[in-house]
Amino acid sequence: MNVADYTRLGAAAISGKVRSGEVAPSDVVRAAFERAGEIGAGPDALNIFLHADEEACVTETKEVQQHLDTAADVGILAGVPVAIKDNIASLGLPTTCASRILGGYVSPFEATAVTRLRANGAIIIAKTNMDEFAMGSSTENSAFGPTRNPHDVRCVPGGSSGGSAAAVAAGITPIALGSETGGSVRQPAAFCGVVGVKPTYGRVSRYGLVAFASSLDQIGVLGRTVDDAAIGLEVIAGFDKADSTSSDADVPIYRVSALGKPAPEARHPDTEAMRIGRSPVPLPPPPDSTTLKGLVIGKPKEYFPESLDPSIRAHCERALDRFRSMGAVIRDVSLPRSPLAIPVYYVLAPAEASSNLARFDGVRYGLRVDPGKGLKSMYEATRSQGFGPEVTRRILLGTYVLSAGYYDAYYKKAQAVRTLIADDFRAVFASGVHAIFTPTTPTPAFPIGAISDPYEMYLNDIFTVTANLAGVPAISVPIGRVRRLPVGGQIIAAHFDEYTMFRVAYALEASLGAEAHQ
Amino acid sequence: MAVTRDDVFHIAELARLGIDDARADALTAELSSILAHMEVLSQVDTAQVPPAAGVGAGGTPLRPDATIAPLMEQTLESFAPSMRDGFFIVPRLATHEDSSESGA
Amino acid sequence: MTRDRYEMVVGLEVHVQLKTRSKAFCGCSTDFGAAPNANTCPVCLALPGALPVLNEHAVQLAARAALGLGCTVNPISVFARKNYFYPDLPKGYQISQFDQPLATGGSIAIGKDDKGDDVRIGITRLHMEEDAGKSIHDRYTGATAIDLNRAGVPLIEIVSEPDMRSAGEAGSYLRTLKQILQYLDVSDVSMEEGSLRVDANISVRPPGQSKLGVKTEVKNMNSFSAVERALEAEYERQCALIDSGGAVQQQTLLWDGARGTVRPSRTKEGSHDYRYFPEPDLRPLILNPAWIDDARKNLAELPDARKKRVGAEFGLSSGELDQLMATPALVDYYEAVARQSGDGKGAYNWVMGEVSASLRASGEDITEFRVRPADLAQLLNLVRDGTISHTAAKRVFALMLETGKPAAQVAADERLVQVGDEGAIDAWVEEVLQEHPEEAKRYLAGEKKLQGVLVGFVMKKSKGRADPKRVNQLLSARAG
Ligand SMILES: [Mg+2]
Ligand SMILES: [Zn+2]
Repeated sequence: MNVADYTRLGAAAISGKVRSGEVAPSDVVRAAFERAGEIGAGPDALNIFLHADEEACVTETKEVQQHLDTAADVGILAGVPVAIKDNIASLGLPTTCASRILGGYVSPFEATAVTRLRANGAIIIAKTNMDEFAMGSSTENSAFGPTRNPHDVRCVPGGSSGGSAAAVAAGITPIALGSETGGSVRQPAAFCGVVGVKPTYGRVSRYGLVAFASSLDQIGVLGRTVDDAAIGLEVIAGFDKADSTSSDADVPIYRVSALGKPAPEARHPDTEAMRIGRSPVPLPPPPDSTTLKGLVIGKPKEYFPESLDPSIRAHCERALDRFRSMGAVIRDVSLPRSPLAIPVYYVLAPAEASSNLARFDGVRYGLRVDPGKGLKSMYEATRSQGFGPEVTRRILLGTYVLSAGYYDAYYKKAQAVRTLIADDFRAVFASGVHAIFTPTTPTPAFPIGAISDPYEMYLNDIFTVTANLAGVPAISVPIGRVRRLPVGGQIIAAHFDEYTMFRVAYALEASLGAEAHQ
Repeated sequence: MAVTRDDVFHIAELARLGIDDARADALTAELSSILAHMEVLSQVDTAQVPPAAGVGAGGTPLRPDATIAPLMEQTLESFAPSMRDGFFIVPRLATHEDSSESGA
Repeated sequence: MTRDRYEMVVGLEVHVQLKTRSKAFCGCSTDFGAAPNANTCPVCLALPGALPVLNEHAVQLAARAALGLGCTVNPISVFARKNYFYPDLPKGYQISQFDQPLATGGSIAIGKDDKGDDVRIGITRLHMEEDAGKSIHDRYTGATAIDLNRAGVPLIEIVSEPDMRSAGEAGSYLRTLKQILQYLDVSDVSMEEGSLRVDANISVRPPGQSKLGVKTEVKNMNSFSAVERALEAEYERQCALIDSGGAVQQQTLLWDGARGTVRPSRTKEGSHDYRYFPEPDLRPLILNPAWIDDARKNLAELPDARKKRVGAEFGLSSGELDQLMATPALVDYYEAVARQSGDGKGAYNWVMGEVSASLRASGEDITEFRVRPADLAQLLNLVRDGTISHTAAKRVFALMLETGKPAAQVAADERLVQVGDEGAIDAWVEEVLQEHPEEAKRYLAGEKKLQGVLVGFVMKKSKGRADPKRVNQLLSARAG
């Protein structure tokens, strides 16, 4: 199939053509790699991919092709190329978290989310670049060099899922998996002008996601459109008995592409081998995506500070006007404890990280540096040479806030304030608000190397990190451009109400149309 | 609380991160300035907040006591830095009496 | 004498491996003796991205143990990470429980004091955790070999109050604890196989002083007697130290059984800062109070209660009971025989005599012993109703063991059934008198003390089948 067509098609359209036999899955994969070649996904240009193997992928499509030939159901992602963030375990391609300490490591097992993608016909074409161990907001902290923003190669794509956001923005894949701990899907989605969704904590299995901060981590989806993100989430969501924190709440149909033309349901094979839980229960698909009658959308004042970039504010106001014109009621609300989110986050996330990253010790897998002076020096050489500066900084920070004498003042305190921040969201949703709208980021993408102060970098997550701390679902959709760079608007919903979140996102996308990218 | 150079060496030791003197000075400054932003938390009254016990609602799920053949597509040798007779091999501990620390 | 000037204060931390098929947080087998690292998977190897899921049976066994030790099982307990680096600790932390353990506040009686009151030792807490792997330091020169088959095996840690005042009390606490866990069937409790491990906290203080002295922790004991010897040695060391004007340093010591001394572990003190925090990969363990009550109701009979009951039911002495209670299986076997034969004493003599002897000889376990309780009970009945003599019974037992046939059949086949018939016995008596004319003459002449000898000859001739009572009667009759 020709590349120009390919880059215009969404996941639903591609799998439709594949299922109808109009195009062969191998042709789709060829097109994806051709696009990657022409846009320069390689290390010498955008540096989006860390690992990719075109021929292996083409071979993989044979299985999908066989299903098609035997008229077996190949799933709603039949032949759809998908890129995976490099901290999500995948068979075949390495899983290095963009870190030297895992250089060349190939996981002997696969993440549940990836298994579910494959089970629905998707083709994993590449592992994408990221901030090392997902610690960063610019993808500059990769041991393998920064990824560049397809909209302006001088700028960062955001992070930590910068490679996945860039892959979608560059038209290489309609869907990519990223991961979030404090905004690592939504912020790069906003910087790259694509859609990025972070589901409710527990909605998607973390089995196979290399842990950064377990109580905050969630796998998220980047998509060219809201529908791409919706289909992707629908496929990977649902209980997994291999993740004790995954939820058995029913998974509705999120995509509107199901409207009128029934597409097959997301399949969740339940085998011990894949350790996969029960399959989603379909709810009625979203109503007509051009009306928001009966919905109340909250506008939290803490997310529209004086300091907010005026053009970002203007784009947000335009979006809020569209909500009104579609029948929604906009209500001023307050999330008073949100300004405490960054300090809370940078106590809790590093604390958990300092423990989660202890397993990288050079004993069982990954890098080992042995100066020959006994075990302790092997540990210290391996870890100090294996981890980059930001990871080292956060491990030390986390070790400090957990260490004797500081636990109560930092970790315990931050846990309590985290509860207060979550209470703020509960209160707003309990007051009859269906969704909350905010800017995704305080600024558009910034030039590579522009931010050197760690804490200034942390402030990139100021509007996104609260959803991780509260565990609620949130999505970033393009709402316009500032100085030719994309900016995103964020829609936050109550726990497990991705359904309403998508409904609002679909409506905004539909009403903005081409303006979303102007 | 400002972080001291000794703190940095102490936590680096706990975290098994080799830190040279130059790096220690930089880290002392960086960590101090980051932690300065955390001080705001001490002003929040959390007396009434119940301690957040674990993650999520409901109890942790339990699995039946059944043995499952490990699902591994590659052998340990495929990723282990050093193996011998099926054992992972590490440099001899400088003080191997430390083994009393293991065994839980 | 130091004993009068210093009181020994001991508290014990006991780690016990739970009897589960699979590990605490993954489906790997807990079998020992597998090839190195054969029983490992992404979870217990701590591969990137793997996550723990708790073993239901481990929870059941831990709760059972807690209830058996008189603890309160908490409806909500929380797993926590204990962070430290060690090559046999794959994740760099141990999943354990810290400020919200599974159970708290129990106690067990370890014997009587001179006033005859129970000596009780308090149980501070019982929590669940996972075992580490094995580091082998002496296999390769300059290298340590790591086997993770044991990593992730479910343990309970039982922490006692500092209630023990002598090495002897520590010993009886351990023996009592072991017996309770055995009778609850939660663990193999074998120190040899490492399914039970003991660390001791010990301090000394002048008698009457309520404040505790500075304690040391003694590790690396591989038997109960080693624990007692280590405590004695450390007690003497601390007393001597104080007598010489020194002060006890809080530290970890390792027992050296060969030298019979303790030596400091070279672990740098203060280097332990475990940075406990709640395990975010697991939700809290929530147990329904009704479930806990059921577990309490269905608890197996504890050793003390069982000893009282069996003693009362079958009239055995405390000493005899202690022998039978050595293992639950032995007393199970005894109770079955005693009940079915209605002969508590006889059953005791047989179980501790012939049965134990042949078990010792064959080395097999009583649960697979060929002579089942019903068979032995039948043998006892045959002896009681006089069908076979006690002498013959021993032979019958041996043949039952050999052939697996029931007692009655063996007795019949081997013509060992006791003969009471006048004629037959009188014939044997006549033959014996013929064959031993000298003794016969002196006996009939009134030398009564020879009667025993002659009875012996008759029994021999009858291959033990003659009823000794009748033989005596007939001989006396002839003596007139
Ligand atoms: Mg322990
Ligand atoms: Zn395992």
